[in-house]
Amino acid sequence: MSAGTTKLNVTVTDVVAVNELVKRFHFERTDGGDLPTFSGGAHVVVEMRDGDKSRLNPYSLMSSPHNTRDYTISVRRDDSGRGGSLFMHNHVKRGMEMVISYPVNLFSLDLRARKHLLVAGGIGITPFMAQTAQLAGEGGNFELHYTCRTPALGTYADVLHDRYGKRVNIYYDDTNERLPLERLLASQPLGTHLYVCGPAGMIRWVRETAAAHGWPDETVHYEHFAAPQPGLPFDVTLALSKLQISVGEEQSLLEAMEAAGIDPPYLCRGGVCGQCETNVVSYDGTFKHNDHWLTEAEHCSGKKIMPCVSRFEGKSLVLER
Amino acid sequence: MGINFRQETFRDDFTFRNSPEFIRRFPFPFHEDAYMYAVNIEPHVQGPKGTVFENLIDVDEHYVAEMQDRAKVLAEDPLRCQSLPHMTLAGWDLLELLMTEQAKGYPEHFTLTRDGDRWRWINRPLGIDDTFTFGDLSTLPYGPMEYITRQSQGDFCILDQRDGNLWMDAGMVTTQADWSLDFDIGMNFFEWHAPVPLAHEKGIFTRALKFLTNIQQGKPARRLNWTMTINPRLDTSPENYHKWGPDRTTVTPDNVGDKVHLRVELQSFWRLPRSNALVFPIRCYLIKMEELVTVPKWARRFHRVLRDLPNELVEYKGLTRYRPAVIDWLSKYDDGTPTSPGFTPD
Ligand code: HEM
Ligand code: FES
Repeated sequence: MSAGTTKLNVTVTDVVAVNELVKRFHFERTDGGDLPTFSGGAHVVVEMRDGDKSRLNPYSLMSSPHNTRDYTISVRRDDSGRGGSLFMHNHVKRGMEMVISYPVNLFSLDLRARKHLLVAGGIGITPFMAQTAQLAGEGGNFELHYTCRTPALGTYADVLHDRYGKRVNIYYDDTNERLPLERLLASQPLGTHLYVCGPAGMIRWVRETAAAHGWPDETVHYEHFAAPQPGLPFDVTLALSKLQISVGEEQSLLEAMEAAGIDPPYLCRGGVCGQCETNVVSYDGTFKHNDHWLTEAEHCSGKKIMPCVSRFEGKSLVLER
Repeated sequence: MGINFRQETFRDDFTFRNSPEFIRRFPFPFHEDAYMYAVNIEPHVQGPKGTVFENLIDVDEHYVAEMQDRAKVLAEDPLRCQSLPHMTLAGWDLLELLMTEQAKGYPEHFTLTRDGDRWRWINRPLGIDDTFTFGDLSTLPYGPMEYITRQSQGDFCILDQRDGNLWMDAGMVTTQADWSLDFDIGMNFFEWHAPVPLAHEKGIFTRALKFLTNIQQGKPARRLNWTMTINPRLDTSPENYHKWGPDRTTVTPDNVGDKVHLRVELQSFWRLPRSNALVFPIRCYLIKMEELVTVPKWARRFHRVLRDLPNELVEYKGLTRYRPAVIDWLSKYDDGTPTSPGFTPD
């Protein structure tokens, strides 16, 4: 058992160039079974093995949540990013087997809303593809406002327009069309929820404008990816068992101890139960505390670590295990 | 082979009891000779055959009788089942989860056939064979949550997740240990836990909430909770306090073995796929003191736990009145020998 999500083995069944910058990837389960149902706004974490490097990138699912045959994601090529999108664009081909996580939703619809006002910028359109499919199926009341650079780069603008007609409004930068945010926010019926996904600057602008117009925080939703990133590998000395172990980038410290035959106590494997609390004998480096168990003061003390979720970067770490 | 469902009652003549193999699989909740609240959450994964963890949704010999008892409670008080309007989708999620798990774990008793949205559900113990359209309310006799929880053991709360908190926005609650869905509906995690002593100060609820809001699809978790009940009564609700409250005064040294029950709740936590809500099944297991002491380790340990239980917990769990009589009775089964670590019988 490891913390985080369950994994799915999938096969790439299609790769489609949507435009100059965006490719769409289709996945089916390698064993032929059904994929888990998900909720609009969910993402999966795609594992990429690139030589001896591995990357975990989250991508929003854009297929209909009711479709359990295949999942689709769209990836915008980012030439200056950390390379995940370049790997997807350059190396991922039809027929390739990959590992993705179960869907996780950190951007879910508030189903109490009387109306859903969706604001997308650029590739931020993808979670809304799934959300609009879900809402349309349930007879939900929504309105989508989508800004993109040019018609040629307006990923899925045509599809959305065909599906939902007047409920979709598109604004092109190259013709200086501006999203009339203030007017929109001022004219919504009571009980409307606002959702925004796009570049960081846009999210900030929409949130700040909504706050200035008196929208309560709980009615403003934005996508923030907190997907697990592989940590750096590190070495640990276990003083009591007189063992030297290495923690791989995809492994937790707890898993590495278990792999070495040590059986530390655990329950939750999620940093809340306190069972795996371990004393630090000495260290030279920095702790990456990810638990909710130790206090702030304990985190700073350098005397304790929760091996189910926390990590270390530095020269040496000796634990009382 | 299948389960031999007992014909029994949880009211009036109280004919409930456990057969011997069901005593052995009882989820005894104490891993040591003392008890205090803790963040006792662990992954909900399948366990060995002959335990209640053999299937993630457990069905046992009390299934049919429990469902009959639930129907009676609902007939008297429909507010035990409530679902706020935005929770219907989560109800369909729960229906899928319970049908799938029960059919997988007990194919001789339950069968689910899916042809796109056309589903056929056969529940042999209750004599049900229904075909319906998944997602279409007009094709079921009740809402999806009520329909399936009238056919599933245990109480169910469905929590909507928003603003970093969980909200009790739907539930089927007829076998509860003295709390009320009608009172708690619409409350958040801290509000409905307000009456619990000591745990807030120990930071248990803030940590537990962080864990729960992070629970992901395909990764359920669980914990055990316990209390005690006089007579094998499932419905110990505040609404019916006048019926069961007075039972507490009827315990005598002679009837402890038959009347006093340890009541254990196996609580699990599941992320629901379409609604992103969390479902919280609370499965209640009862065992008579005379059944419990057939496992010597459990008898010794429960005697010690009850004897040394902090006062705040004694009061909150409502044990004050009859605890001395039970400790006295159990002491006959505790010769002071050590108990082995862990839950399982020796
Ligand atoms: C979302 C899931 C949960 C629901 C719906 C829930 C609900 C409840 C309710 C209704 C009560 C009764 C409160 C009263 O007296 O009115 C209760 C008690 C309690 N809950 Fe929870 N709970 C949940 C999760 C948890 C978790 C994760 C923990 C701890 C790790 C926890 C710890 C407790 C404790 C210690 C009590 C007191 C029980 C006793 O002593 O009998 N709960 N809970
Ligand atoms: S196992 Fe629960 S905090 Fe580490």
